[in-house]
Amino acid sequence: MNFDFSDDQKMLKDQARKFLADKCSYDDVRTVLESDDSHHDGVWNGLCELGFAGAAIPEEFGGLGLGALELCVIAEELGRVAAPVPFSSSIYMFAEALKLGASDAQKAAWLPQIASGEIIGTLATAEGTQAPSPRTVKASFSGGTLNGRKLPVPDGETASVAVVLANTGGAGEQALSLVLVDLNQDGVTRSAVSTIDPTRGHAEINFDNAAAELIGDEGDGWAMLKRVEAGAAVLMAFEQVGGAQAALDMAKEYALDRYAFGRQIGSYQAIKHRLADMYVKLELAKSNAYYGAMILSEDGAELELAAASARISATEAYRFAAQECIQVHGGIGFTWEANPQFHYRRSKLLALALGSASRWKDRLVAELEKSNVA
Amino acid sequence: MDFNDTPEEAKFRAEAREWLSANAKPKDPSKVKASVSQKSEAERLVRAKEWQAKKAEAGYAAITWPTEYGGLGGTPIQSVIYSQEESKFDVPGGFFEIGLGMCIPTMMKWATKEQCDRYVKPALFGEEIWCQLFSEPAAGSDVAGLRTKCEKDGDEWVINGQKVWTSGAHFCDYGIIVTRSDPTVPKHKGLTFFFLDMKTPGIEIRPIKQISGGSGFNEVFFNDVRVPDSQRLGDVGEGWKVSLTTLMNERLAIGQGSGVDYEELLKLARETELENGPAIKDSNVREKLADWYVQSQGLKYTKFRTLTALSKGQVPGPESSIGKIVSGPKMQDLAGFAMDIQGQGGVMQDTEESSMAGAFQNQWIGAAGYRIAGGTDEILRNIVSEQVLGLPQDIRVDKNVPFNELPGAGSKK
Repeated sequence: MNFDFSDDQKMLKDQARKFLADKCSYDDVRTVLESDDSHHDGVWNGLCELGFAGAAIPEEFGGLGLGALELCVIAEELGRVAAPVPFSSSIYMFAEALKLGASDAQKAAWLPQIASGEIIGTLATAEGTQAPSPRTVKASFSGGTLNGRKLPVPDGETASVAVVLANTGGAGEQALSLVLVDLNQDGVTRSAVSTIDPTRGHAEINFDNAAAELIGDEGDGWAMLKRVEAGAAVLMAFEQVGGAQAALDMAKEYALDRYAFGRQIGSYQAIKHRLADMYVKLELAKSNAYYGAMILSEDGAELELAAASARISATEAYRFAAQECIQVHGGIGFTWEANPQFHYRRSKLLALALGSASRWKDRLVAELEKSNVA
Repeated sequence: MDFNDTPEEAKFRAEAREWLSANAKPKDPSKVKASVSQKSEAERLVRAKEWQAKKAEAGYAAITWPTEYGGLGGTPIQSVIYSQEESKFDVPGGFFEIGLGMCIPTMMKWATKEQCDRYVKPALFGEEIWCQLFSEPAAGSDVAGLRTKCEKDGDEWVINGQKVWTSGAHFCDYGIIVTRSDPTVPKHKGLTFFFLDMKTPGIEIRPIKQISGGSGFNEVFFNDVRVPDSQRLGDVGEGWKVSLTTLMNERLAIGQGSGVDYEELLKLARETELENGPAIKDSNVREKLADWYVQSQGLKYTKFRTLTALSKGQVPGPESSIGKIVSGPKMQDLAGFAMDIQGQGGVMQDTEESSMAGAFQNQWIGAAGYRIAGGTDEILRNIVSEQVLGLPQDIRVDKNVPFNELPGAGSKK
């Protein structure tokens, strides 16, 4: 039994942790919250200089050629500090989509700049508040041009390139394809949208006869998207685990510092049991995330099931830890100047980033139904 | 990252599997979990004793114990590997766990060499069964608040009082007991610990009927029960220290629950029609099913993390403490929800008419006890918050007060 990260992976994690502890304090996150910036340039550039953006990109395309497990340990550290950087958009979603479905020419055109951090990529699926699906996606692609509107698009303001989920006219699930679009062109206009977590920029993007090209085959978009989402769900689960741990630590520290009715509030069972519950949910989430990581790194057949489990578990752990962290703090936790808000915001952002927990529970049971047909 | 055994572990597993194949039958996969055995306790006990003797002869009954007491001198991971393999076979259990998991380890730490030579092996070979006499009607979670008293009389002690929730007392040969020797000092300081023969005159055992209808537990009454001073474990007044040895082993022995889980719920949801279609297509059913699946997997992989630490020769981290906190309420809620799916028919607890022979109904009733036995949900949360998270203990109003001056305790019975 060797269900743990390797010593090298732990060293990488340590390196990420030290860098972020130094360069990405809550005060640094706050500067993004209080500005119109889409992300924190200094932190992002520093991460890219350490080679993290290219960690899992093959060497032939300018990366370090490491695997999913290395991304997982980095993700956990990014989550811990609620890092205001476009790592998930550019790496878990854009780069992984290209690695999965793009031609070598497409990879060669974009991945080296993604690996170096020179440019940012993103994945655009949502079109407002309707769940994106073969029935609802209106953005359309034909004859090499893309038309339509996507929002909210994570890092949509700063990204140079996007993978877009578009309708290509087929029947049922075959209606959708993934297309690659250079966002710096005349047919593309964009503007920021405000969200619950301004430390991670989101935008509305309009495509008006924008030049675009297919990734993979026409009509394969929905299936490819699901595979990309499954990988991203595992990586994001590590961010959520890191965030949940930070929220638990913050709540615990406050419970030890704060006195009420003559004693530390952490000595009251109402508080202790709440923190114990945070811990229990976090440990379950961590274990499920580990399994997701192992399957993702092997590209195992159980990925959909493992990814859904990791996501559901981590979403619940982070939701509970972040909201109860504010509750343990009492009034001060609700103030702008206090730090619990960062995790409260981020927990909901990540909970919805790949669709809600309900959606993933449905996906999970669909897999159970398949795997268990008597 | 992988789930593979090291070469040494694989070798041990293969040997264990070979021995089990030669000595036991594989489990029947069609048999429903949590189904109640139709055999009487006496019949099961005979079979269990035979199996225990065979297992002890092969060295598998106490893998981590020293060889001088019939153990294998093995590692915790070997013990886990054997359990994993044994769980695939239909072997009897349920009689020796408390004795070998808690009582005998306490003896090995506190009894004399001669006493260990006399008692350890017969327990290991299933010839003598042990029980643990700790809880009392007025001392459950707060077990140090116990009132059963012992008084010195020459070379003997005289014990009077009552114990409760004593699993298996009615078929046990020996027991370990903690009693109050001095009510004039604070509660933890006035306790003294013994082992005793359960056939000693003055011991009366009465079964407790549980809400499940079964009687796994007993009340045990002590009327002028005389125990020689040589059977005292630890010094007079040091009984709490000895108890901690036992309780620490209890935490290791009480694992996660078994019984019906998400697989059975999935099967039920497929077989059952709700008003608007099959239960498996109902979004509420799907959400719940997914939640319990994720919890089950989370526990499974948490265990794997613990095993990884053991495999590397490390001490497992605190993550191993969460099993019972999660599985108790899950067993109860899952079973209750499975009954909801069956609508009006869910009330039936009937081997013929109920889905899966009433396994959900049985578990729903039984789980109410599982959340209490071996540390309540609440006590376990105290343990996690104090021992894992480092939060302060609750204020103890009884800490420095003589036991007989505590309200509701020693003084006014």
